[in-house]
Amino acid sequence: MATMGTQGQFKVVGTRPVRPDGVEKVTGRAAFGADLSLPGMLVGKVKRSPHAHARIVSIDVEKARALPGVKAVVTAADFPEIASEEAFVGEGPMNFRDLSCNCMARGKVLYEGHAVAAVAATSSAIADAALDLIEVVYEPLPHVIDVEAAMAPGAPLLHDDLITQGVDPAPRTPSNVAKRVHFSLGDVEAGFRAAQVVLERRYTTKPVHQAYIEPHACVASAGADGQCQIWCSSQGQFMVRAYCAKLLGLPISSIRVTPAEIGGGFGGKTLVYLEPLALALSKQSGRPVKMVMTREEVFRATGPTSGAVVEVKIGATRNGKITGAQAVLKYQAGAFPGSPVQPGCMAAFAMYDLDNVSVTGYDVVCNRPKVAAYRAPGAPIASFAVESCLDELARTLGLDPIALREKNAAKDGTRAVYGPIWKDIGYVETLQAAKKHAHYAAPLGPNQGRGVASGFWFNIGGESTAEVHINEDGTAVVVSGNPDIGGSRASMAMMAAEVLGIPVERVRPIVGDTSSIGYSFLTGGSRVTFATGMAVVQAAQEVVGELKRRAALILDVSPEAIEWRDGAAVPSDADPGRFAPLPLAAIALKAGRTGGPISAKASINAQGAGPGFATHLCDVEVDPETGQVKILRYTAIQDVGRAIHPSYVEGQIQGGVAQGIGWALNEEYIYDANGRLENPGFLDYRVPVASDLPMIEAVMVEVPNPRHPFGVRGVGEVPIVPPMAAVANAIHAATGVRLADLPMSPPRVLAAITRATT
Amino acid sequence: MSKHHVSTTINGEPVEFLCETQQTLLDALRDELQLTGSKEGCSSGDCGACSVIVDGRLVCSCLMLAVEAEGRRIETIEGLAQGERLHPVQKHFLEAAALQCGFCTPGLLVAAKALLDRNPSPTETEARYWLAGNLCRCTGYDKVIRAVMDAAAEIRGE
Repeated sequence: MATMGTQGQFKVVGTRPVRPDGVEKVTGRAAFGADLSLPGMLVGKVKRSPHAHARIVSIDVEKARALPGVKAVVTAADFPEIASEEAFVGEGPMNFRDLSCNCMARGKVLYEGHAVAAVAATSSAIADAALDLIEVVYEPLPHVIDVEAAMAPGAPLLHDDLITQGVDPAPRTPSNVAKRVHFSLGDVEAGFRAAQVVLERRYTTKPVHQAYIEPHACVASAGADGQCQIWCSSQGQFMVRAYCAKLLGLPISSIRVTPAEIGGGFGGKTLVYLEPLALALSKQSGRPVKMVMTREEVFRATGPTSGAVVEVKIGATRNGKITGAQAVLKYQAGAFPGSPVQPGCMAAFAMYDLDNVSVTGYDVVCNRPKVAAYRAPGAPIASFAVESCLDELARTLGLDPIALREKNAAKDGTRAVYGPIWKDIGYVETLQAAKKHAHYAAPLGPNQGRGVASGFWFNIGGESTAEVHINEDGTAVVVSGNPDIGGSRASMAMMAAEVLGIPVERVRPIVGDTSSIGYSFLTGGSRVTFATGMAVVQAAQEVVGELKRRAALILDVSPEAIEWRDGAAVPSDADPGRFAPLPLAAIALKAGRTGGPISAKASINAQGAGPGFATHLCDVEVDPETGQVKILRYTAIQDVGRAIHPSYVEGQIQGGVAQGIGWALNEEYIYDANGRLENPGFLDYRVPVASDLPMIEAVMVEVPNPRHPFGVRGVGEVPIVPPMAAVANAIHAATGVRLADLPMSPPRVLAAITRATT
Repeated sequence: MSKHHVSTTINGEPVEFLCETQQTLLDALRDELQLTGSKEGCSSGDCGACSVIVDGRLVCSCLMLAVEAEGRRIETIEGLAQGERLHPVQKHFLEAAALQCGFCTPGLLVAAKALLDRNPSPTETEARYWLAGNLCRCTGYDKVIRAVMDAAAEIRGE
């Protein structure tokens, strides 16, 4: 597909209109997951495990069921037992059986907060009382929280049948290592022998939560005819439908899921927790059931992403050419297999043009909540390690950190360790822009330092459906199947308006429910503006073709005599002045007499998502007395392909950076000796607040993706990849101390400074 | 358990409602009065998504009991615009693209209004500290702060 036009030729793409759903969202009218109420609706709540690991001896729900006002009680016994089966429904690996057991514990609880029962009652207070009346007898088991402890021989086993995949021959005994993955190019040992400098370092990261501000919420209603409806906040209504159908043993056609507005997800809403329970409670009670998590439940039972140990070894010549690079990544998966270690392995060295690479990853279960996707899943952890090590390499060699990266940067023709040969990528462009940026040369004061780090993310395409309908007055409706998590309605409307040649204000974009629009893979992987946008463009182009045919009928000319320009049928260049421009509204008005309504649909599996690269510059000031790190200045340079709505592209970059800074400096899960989470709230799990951050300058480099009609590549995920190393490298520049363990919170920084000076 | 009868003023209108003892003002706004613009993000006063103005003072409505609303004057996000005329902070949030998912937006807007009501000339630092009780996970606050500063300038007539 050819890329349409070049910068400056667009009328709508690249402008900054007010988003079409904006007024609803600034006036409080937008309806999020918890905002819907139905007549006769019950309140559903979940009973959760107080143990990190225990066998469920018995669950007695009779007293709860007998409480006046309680209308339904469910446990695992109320759900079909599901065979192990890989699911390709959400983002990242998932097994239907594991998901079922994660939604409702079966036989064992595997983490504190694991659901063991759920109730529906006529009020919140009665539901709470009913939870207290459910009697669960547990036999506590030894637990394991940290990744290397879980890998050690003799560690408490979470699953008796878990045999490590990816090892040949397969182990004969179970362990907590679900999978080993390995990628290599060339001969890494030969690469190290050719090196004049070899660095070998170990880095650790803590689990961090996506920390969307909206807790999970849904309403489910099952009818006596077997027809079910769900209204919920998620990253994909089709994902919710598929999981609920499987977990409850229902045909997909019996479930209709309507997406509510979604109050943030970042990957954490790409699977289900409450919806199957609410549906089961509704089926049992015959009434609609609403379930909303508390923040504490969100922390104890959903997300986060993995904590990890990453060992990196990099060898280079004196002049900075990397001769060999190796990494071993050990990622916590939480209670069930499925950490993002594989994308972590693939992303670790993806930015570099290397002859000799070896990357090995381990997916390790432990007694924590099952991890969920979090923005560029796996890559930030790997890049924290690799980009920290590269910074040290640059210092060891006396090279500028950008120069070292330029010397080794992936470019068109580079083969990545996992197979692809890069084409039309913009990594070098981000390095060049970083070097030229005024930030890079700005003076620094005492206790201040500057860090550089880069990042990569794959971006995906996938299945999307979009429809474009022309209204009687020449305005248009665009329907797509992807929840709008950060402004995608605006970009869908803009791309349709660009193709139709009408002002964006004349296009109304909506997000359809699962019964009103064709299948669309979820909102994730930085795919929506690329893939769903491609479907919108194709549908709009088909509409334009139809408009030209209708115009030909009205004007009594051949369709070849017509071109579409600025929202009107005009004579082709070969025949100028043949007729006066016939605007869309005039064609729409006569649609009934020229063949009926004018609409088109595109159902596609979009290929060719261009990978994203970014380079970040970060200045910090470290308080030598307290260890507190203040972010003074931050510049994020990213190849965005082409920005449809630049403000929302900048917003993605700024938001990703802020999350990365939180990951770098403050955020972590803290467990007690019993495996219980000690900080399940925003007071003690500290995400960045406005006073923690400076303005974040987003610099958009545009290397158009030739596989998208406007050159779009995904932008949402790569911004969270570089910040942890950028901050660590800046702290090193400010203090001379290398922090290899996240988060770099004041006590850790102070201890490191103290160790270095005594 | 009998319910409490509460008479209060919300967005300039006299309002009466019944509530249970343990219900928060946020519960009453959302569940009894269907004013669902105020959001529940944490129920512990840490996220600010439920921000309302009570007698001119910015509070988290999840930290106030509904019965305490008796005789008070409460402003919520639903009262920020005058009909179709948006408050300057609402207008500038839209123009500056200061929202992504929009969930924290009502709380941020109410908090920003409370700031500008008392200080129409905040510095960037003052705005950042005033809004430090309102978590936003999407934007990184950059465009939020710019929108608040732009709204302040408009209110000052600049």
